[in-house]
Amino acid sequence: MSEPLKVPTMAEYLAQGKQPEVLFWVGCAGSFDDRAKKITKAFARILNKANVDFAVLGAEESCTGDPAKRAGNEFLFQMQAVTNIEVLNGYEVKKIVTACPHCFNTLKNEYPSLGGNYEVVHHTQFLKSLLEDGRLTVEGGKFKGKRITFHDPCYLGRANGVYEAPRDLLRKLDVELVEMRKCKTNGLCCGAGGAQMFKEPEPGNKDVNVERTEQALETKPEIIAAGCPFCNTMMTDGIKSKEKEDSIEVMDIAEMIASAEEL
Amino acid sequence: MQYIPNILFCIVLLAGVVFFSKNVKKLIRNIKLGRDVDRSDNKQQRWLNMSKIALGQYKMVKRPVSGILHVVVYVGFIIINIEVLEIIIDGIFGTHRIFSFLGGLYDFLIASFEILAFLVFVSVIIFWIRRNVIRIKRFLNPEMKGWPKMDGNLILYFEMALMGLFLLMNAADLQLQLLGADHYASGDGSITGSFPISGYIATLFRGMSVSSLIIIERAAWWIHIIGILVFLNYLYYSKHLHIMLAFPNTWFAKLRPQGALTNLQSVTDEVMLMMDPNADPFAAPAEDVAEDAVPEKFGASDVTDLNWVQLMNSYSCTECGRCTSECPANQTGKKLSPRKIMMDTRDRLEEVGKNIDTNKGVFVPDDKQLLDDYISKEELWACTTCNACVEACPIGIDPLSIIVEMRRYMVMEESSAPTDLNNAMTNIENNGAPWPFNQLDRGNWINEG
Repeated sequence: MSEPLKVPTMAEYLAQGKQPEVLFWVGCAGSFDDRAKKITKAFARILNKANVDFAVLGAEESCTGDPAKRAGNEFLFQMQAVTNIEVLNGYEVKKIVTACPHCFNTLKNEYPSLGGNYEVVHHTQFLKSLLEDGRLTVEGGKFKGKRITFHDPCYLGRANGVYEAPRDLLRKLDVELVEMRKCKTNGLCCGAGGAQMFKEPEPGNKDVNVERTEQALETKPEIIAAGCPFCNTMMTDGIKSKEKEDSIEVMDIAEMIASAEEL
Repeated sequence: MQYIPNILFCIVLLAGVVFFSKNVKKLIRNIKLGRDVDRSDNKQQRWLNMSKIALGQYKMVKRPVSGILHVVVYVGFIIINIEVLEIIIDGIFGTHRIFSFLGGLYDFLIASFEILAFLVFVSVIIFWIRRNVIRIKRFLNPEMKGWPKMDGNLILYFEMALMGLFLLMNAADLQLQLLGADHYASGDGSITGSFPISGYIATLFRGMSVSSLIIIERAAWWIHIIGILVFLNYLYYSKHLHIMLAFPNTWFAKLRPQGALTNLQSVTDEVMLMMDPNADPFAAPAEDVAEDAVPEKFGASDVTDLNWVQLMNSYSCTECGRCTSECPANQTGKKLSPRKIMMDTRDRLEEVGKNIDTNKGVFVPDDKQLLDDYISKEELWACTTCNACVEACPIGIDPLSIIVEMRRYMVMEESSAPTDLNNAMTNIENNGAPWPFNQLDRGNWINEG
C-alpha cells in the first residue's frame, strides 16, 4: 500500500514506442465494482513487485460482451467484440492476462473467429508462471496452515479445464486445502453466470449462491478462495446471508498472495 | 408341413427388420430437418471420444453404482447378441445350436452368456428398485410423470423377460438333452453347451415329459426371439434409442472448450457491414436475392431452427437425469431441467415429423412451436450457462446450446428479455459495461490508492 501503483496504459506505451510483455485486461467488474477493484489492485501490486512489464487499456477497454452473448444478444456481443478487437489489434497485442474468467473465456474462445487472436491467460495461470520462472516468490506466512476451500469458477474450470493453477498457488501459500463435495468438473456454479449477475433469479426455493455457500461451509473453512469477481460477490453475499462474515472471508487468490507478501 | 416353423420365423424376422428400417429412415429424416452444421473436423479426436465415452462408458462410471450396473447391462447386451445370431440361424434352417461345432469354445460362450444374462437380470432388478422403491430424486422430477416413467419401467420389464426367457429356454434344452430327446440330444450322449445358471432351473423340470419340455423350450425360444424383435421396434417409440445413437452422438459432439459458444455468422455479416467504412448505406439489395427471400432468423423458436446435432442429441437422450441433478437452477427449485429441454425438443420434433407424414411430405403450420408451447421462457432464463449439464451427460449431449439458441431468438427476434437484462445490455451498448458507469472512468481505480 505504501508505494503508488504503476499502471501504464497501452497508449502511454505506444507513445514511447514500446510494447509491454502482457496486457492486463481489467474487465468491467475489476474496473467499477468496489469489491472487485481490490482484486485488480492486488494483482497490479503483484505485477509491480515482480517487475512485469504490463499495461492496461484504461478508457479504451470495453465490456467483452460475455453477458450480452450469454443472454442471447449475439448482435451486441459481436459489436463489442469487433470494437475491442480493433483496439487490441491496433496495439498489436499478443498476450492478455485477466482476473475475470468470463473475460478470459470470451477473449480466448470467442474472439478468434472474429479476427482477435491472442494468447489469453487467467491471472492464476500467469501468477503460477511468474513463480515457476522465479520472478515472484511466495511464502505461506499468514496463510500457513489455514483451512481454505477453493470455489471453481465455471468459466475457468469446466469451460476451459483450468483446475490446477489456482490450487497450485494455494499450495504455495502452505494452506490446508480442503475440497468441497462438489469441486473441479462437478463444481457447483455460484449462480452469477449466463448474465444471471444482472437480473433477479427465477422463482425457486433457494438462491444458487446460498446452496454453494452451504457446500463451502461444510468444509469448515477459514477462507473461501475464489478466482472470479462474480463468484466473489456471490459467495460474499452467501456468507453474509449465513451471518458468517465475521469468521469467514472470501478472498481472491491474487489478494491472498498480495497479502502474504504484505503488498 | 415340417418347414412351417422355418417359414413363419422368416416372416416374423423380415417383418421386424422391415418395420425397424422404416422407423430408422423416419428418424434420419427428422434429424435432417435441423440446420446444417459441420462437425467433420479432427476425426482422430472424434474417434477417440467415441471409443472412450460411448464404447468405453468412461463418463457412466463417474457415478459408480449406476455406472457399474450399466456396464454390466451394456456388456451383457452386446455379448449376448452373438447368441441371438445363432438363434436366428437356427430359426431359419431349423437346426439345433448350429455353432456347437466350436466345441469347447462353444461351451465357454454359452456359459458366459448365461452368467451375463444372470448378472443383467440382477442389475435390471436393482435399476427397477432404484426407480420404484428407493425413488432416487432424479427419477421423480415433474417431466418424468406419466409416459416417461412407464417407458423407463417397460424397458426394464423387457430386459428382465428377455433374460428370463433365455435362461428358461436353455434350462428346458438342457433337460431335453439329458433325456436324450430327438433333435436336442447329440448322437454321442454328450451335452452341447455349458449351463452354469440354467442348470439350476433345469432341476425344476425333473420328471416332466419330453413333450411338455419341448413345449416349454419352444415357447421360451419363440417368445424370446419375438421379444427381441418387438424390443428392437420399441426403441423408436421410447427413450431407449441411446443404445444406437450414443455412438454418433459422442462422435459428433462439440470438441471446442465447453465455454466456447458459436459466433452466429449471420450476425457477423451484419456487424462487418456496419463496421465497413466503404459500405454504401444506400446500396440496392444484391441482384441475386429473390424478392420473397426471408432473412435468416436469429436463434431458435422451433426445432427446425436448431442444428441436426442438437436434434440427434434429443433422440439420444435416455432421460437418466444426471444433467438435471447437477443443474444449479434445478437444485434450487427453479423450473429449468436440462433433461426436459431435451425431451421437449424430441417430442416437438416427433410432432413435426408426424405432421409431415400426414401431410404427404410437407409441413403444414400447426400454430405451435418449441418456445412457449413446450419450453417456457422461465425455464430458459433460469440457466447460468455453467456447463454442469454438458459435463454430466454420459453421452455428450449439449442442452446448453439449445438454451442459448432459444435465448438468442427471445432477445434478437422477440425483444423479450427480462427488464433487468435489457438495462444491463443498454448499459453495455452505451457505456461499455453492464453497469451505468462512464467508460472514461475505467482507469480510475489506478489512482484510488
